[in-house]
Amino acid sequence: MIPLVHKLADFWRETIKTLKLIARNKMGFVGFILLLLLILMSFVGPLIVQPEVRADITQIYKPPSWAHPLGTDFQGRENWIMLVHGGAEVIEVAFLAGVMTTIIAVIVGAFSAFLGGKADELIMTVTDVWLALPRGILLIVTAYFVSLQDVWALALFLSVFGWPSLARQVRSQFLSLKKREYVEAAQLLNLGTPHILFREMLPNMMSYILIALIESMTGAIYSQTYLVFLGLVPFGNNWGVLFSLAYAKNAIYNTNAMSSLLVPMGGIVLLQLSLIMFSRSLEEIFNPRLRTGV
Amino acid sequence: MSADTLTIRNLTIEYQAKRGAVQAVRGIDLDVRRSEALALIGESGSGKTTIGLGIVRLLVSTAKITSGELIFRRFGIGGQVEKEFDVLKLSPRELRAFRWKDCAMVFQAALNAFNPVLRISAQFGDTARAHRYLHGEALRKRAYELFDLVRLDPERVWNAYPHELSGGMRQRVLIALGLLLDPPMLILDEPTTALDILTQRNIMDVLKDLREKLRFSLVFISHDLSLAAELADRIATVYAGRVVELGNVYDTFQNPQHPYTIGLINAVPTLTTHRDKVSSIPGSPPDLIDLPSGCKFHPRCPLAIEKCKLEEPELVPTSGPEHLAACWRWQEAKQILMPSAAEAELRNAKQER
Amino acid sequence: MNTPLIELKHLTRRFQVKRNVFITAVNDVSLSLNPGEIVCLVGESGCGKTTTGKMMAGLLKPSEGQILYNGQDLAQLEGEAWKRYRLGVQMIHQDPYASLNPSHTIYDIVSAPLRHHRITNGEKETRAAAIELLENVDLTPAADLLDKFPHQLSGGQRQRVSVARALTVSPKFIIADEAVSMVDVSIRISLLNTLLKLKDKNGLAVLFITHDLALAKYFAWEGRIGVMYLGKLVEVAPAQQLVAAPQHPYTKVLLSAIPEADPERTRHKPRIELRSMDVPSLLRLPSGCAFHPRCPYFAGEKCEKVIPELTHFVDGSAVACHPVRAQRAAEIVDERAR
Repeated sequence: MIPLVHKLADFWRETIKTLKLIARNKMGFVGFILLLLLILMSFVGPLIVQPEVRADITQIYKPPSWAHPLGTDFQGRENWIMLVHGGAEVIEVAFLAGVMTTIIAVIVGAFSAFLGGKADELIMTVTDVWLALPRGILLIVTAYFVSLQDVWALALFLSVFGWPSLARQVRSQFLSLKKREYVEAAQLLNLGTPHILFREMLPNMMSYILIALIESMTGAIYSQTYLVFLGLVPFGNNWGVLFSLAYAKNAIYNTNAMSSLLVPMGGIVLLQLSLIMFSRSLEEIFNPRLRTGV
Repeated sequence: MSADTLTIRNLTIEYQAKRGAVQAVRGIDLDVRRSEALALIGESGSGKTTIGLGIVRLLVSTAKITSGELIFRRFGIGGQVEKEFDVLKLSPRELRAFRWKDCAMVFQAALNAFNPVLRISAQFGDTARAHRYLHGEALRKRAYELFDLVRLDPERVWNAYPHELSGGMRQRVLIALGLLLDPPMLILDEPTTALDILTQRNIMDVLKDLREKLRFSLVFISHDLSLAAELADRIATVYAGRVVELGNVYDTFQNPQHPYTIGLINAVPTLTTHRDKVSSIPGSPPDLIDLPSGCKFHPRCPLAIEKCKLEEPELVPTSGPEHLAACWRWQEAKQILMPSAAEAELRNAKQER
Repeated sequence: MNTPLIELKHLTRRFQVKRNVFITAVNDVSLSLNPGEIVCLVGESGCGKTTTGKMMAGLLKPSEGQILYNGQDLAQLEGEAWKRYRLGVQMIHQDPYASLNPSHTIYDIVSAPLRHHRITNGEKETRAAAIELLENVDLTPAADLLDKFPHQLSGGQRQRVSVARALTVSPKFIIADEAVSMVDVSIRISLLNTLLKLKDKNGLAVLFITHDLALAKYFAWEGRIGVMYLGKLVEVAPAQQLVAAPQHPYTKVLLSAIPEADPERTRHKPRIELRSMDVPSLLRLPSGCAFHPRCPYFAGEKCEKVIPELTHFVDGSAVACHPVRAQRAAEIVDERAR
């Protein structure tokens, strides 16, 4: 019982410390809050706000007003309600794709760096070939043949295309860490490869990996919006779909319909921005020097 | 009126850090005499480099000179004072001129001081142009003269890129560059650190030679006692941002007064000392943000008494008017901490009698 | 006769710098250390002293020659015997800021090998062992330091943690590569004294790599000093003897060039001048004796053409120099008799 209380107290202290460190970097803190708000809106919002299910032909493409705070779309649905309901899918795909991309990249990069020699050369050649393929076109062509009906499939699909550049970066990070003297000392003490990889090297790469994770998340958001816009990924009423529909229904030629384009776009831009800003404070969180306050 | 090249009074420099103010230099009084070689010795974090940077006002942006004056004097041919000014009151333009014409500084990291894509000739050209000094053939001649003085092969160095030169050669090129405008004062920060023994020897010989020929004042900053023994006329021992002992080089080594200076001398083994004569100073250098009370050396000092914890001693004359120390117990220090040296001195005194 | 703890036999290490271009960082070095012995390896940067140390620590493979540990060839060691060697030889690095993992606490650092090799069982025992180790390297109060991170310690304290970490596996041999050069002058000696104390207490053999001859003499007071120049071991002798009566011209030049912390002595020290200040590149080593273009005692054709062998003399010294060998012909130890 007592140890549990201690553990909880420790956890609480660490959390407070982490929040304080996030707050150190103004830009990062703003990003963090923004991200939190977007997540809250997209995952808690739908529980409170009823989704728009029916069309209202009398209210098509209204500009923002008191009655319609963010205007209405081509079916007369409230844009703000669509905004609330359209975020979850985008965030889920981004997160899943980001995590999967990072996992693939870390495994490939770490193996390549650690094996060295011929194996390293082979893995890196494959990576380079993968990197050199025109991915935009490949993405479109493959998406045409593979049916991407759910979030998981799309995320996996995006990560298969997203890992190579990150894998290269991870490899070079590992290579530089491999030469550190404390890694050499661990080798001398025969602490074994798992210890060296996961205890000596990985903790010193955490901030780097998290920043990479966020980078792949932003990449995944672009790619999915791109695919949705082209009509290759046909699911849900998410921000990308809303934008695509508004575009398809000639919103771009109608000044009153501007908000139907801007609202989903704003959702995507804000999400990207919050992620990028938040990644700025990550370095500080993982720096032990800052954690212990010197 | 004093006729020293530089008079430092009550110089105080602080760095802003997250934990608080780092008191790097705490109210230092120091004079640099004409044509003398003054060594500032101390450990890392003692503030010795900050003093050097403060003199040429090349401190980083987080550092602030909170008080003091730095009176610099330019002398005429007859030795009379031509101009006298406070370096801390110079305008940015005057300061730029001061930095090369009156006082040049050569930093520790000799490679980083060069632009790697420019030949040595171009680096000299840039400096000369910035000060509307010689150019073209005249500049080349002047540079060749200086290269000869620092024992470099002028032809080879003039057209070389920095990476083509060894560490010792780069160091000598920097010294030559510092002397380009013939300044009456040169500051060297750790001039031989990170160089090999034979290269160090070469730099020391070059510096001795240069001082004899050009008669400039030399201030050098080092943690290496033997370098000071070799080159200096006077030695200032710096500890926790203050000068704790100041004296002529022979007095300082043969008759040290401050327990810290004695500790340093005892801590450095030489080729001739017996192993049993060597001992470390206990403890470690102080935290400049949270300094101890009283004498800053008292937590490490074997002679510390109650008074040392309460009051910080001033720099006062000891065995002679020119030999100063800041210690409440300077009269007993050597007797207790360096018994063999004290005995030897007693023997000498007896023989003289 | 006793088997040496570690023995280098004609050790050579080459590095590839470009396609088909190699430099020889260590060139035909033979040296042996007995259990509990101290040897200092001295030389200027690029002389191969660090590379020699890394080969002995098993971090680099020799290009030619053998390293014997307790009489067994390192290249042939397997299984348990290899593990005994691996833990038996530890290294203290130069940079106390780079040799400790910044994201681990001192306790993490010291306890990892204790746990991994099951030297201690259970948290309580590990903690007690960690405290004892830190106290052994004169880090007190040890209990207060355990939960600190490396950046909260001074350079000297960090270096002591490095020593404590090496001691976790009870090594027989420690290689200290410039281990005090980045530590403040006033505390270098106490760090060396800690190493000396451990040497006496645990019977450790120590190879101390340094560029500072005065420090080498202090540390190897009863041991030996080896001087390296451009990859070659040019002189080995008992420490005090080497400093008092150097044999090899390079050693003589080095000793005469070192300033002393005494103005009277240092300014009147007799100086031996080199013939040339230029240090030859490892890419184009001079023929014969590598020191001959700079050597103040250059003795003609033989020095230019024939590489001098390290010759052992009866007084326990060994020198690789033609003129010295010729002068001391009567004192040469017969290699076959050894």
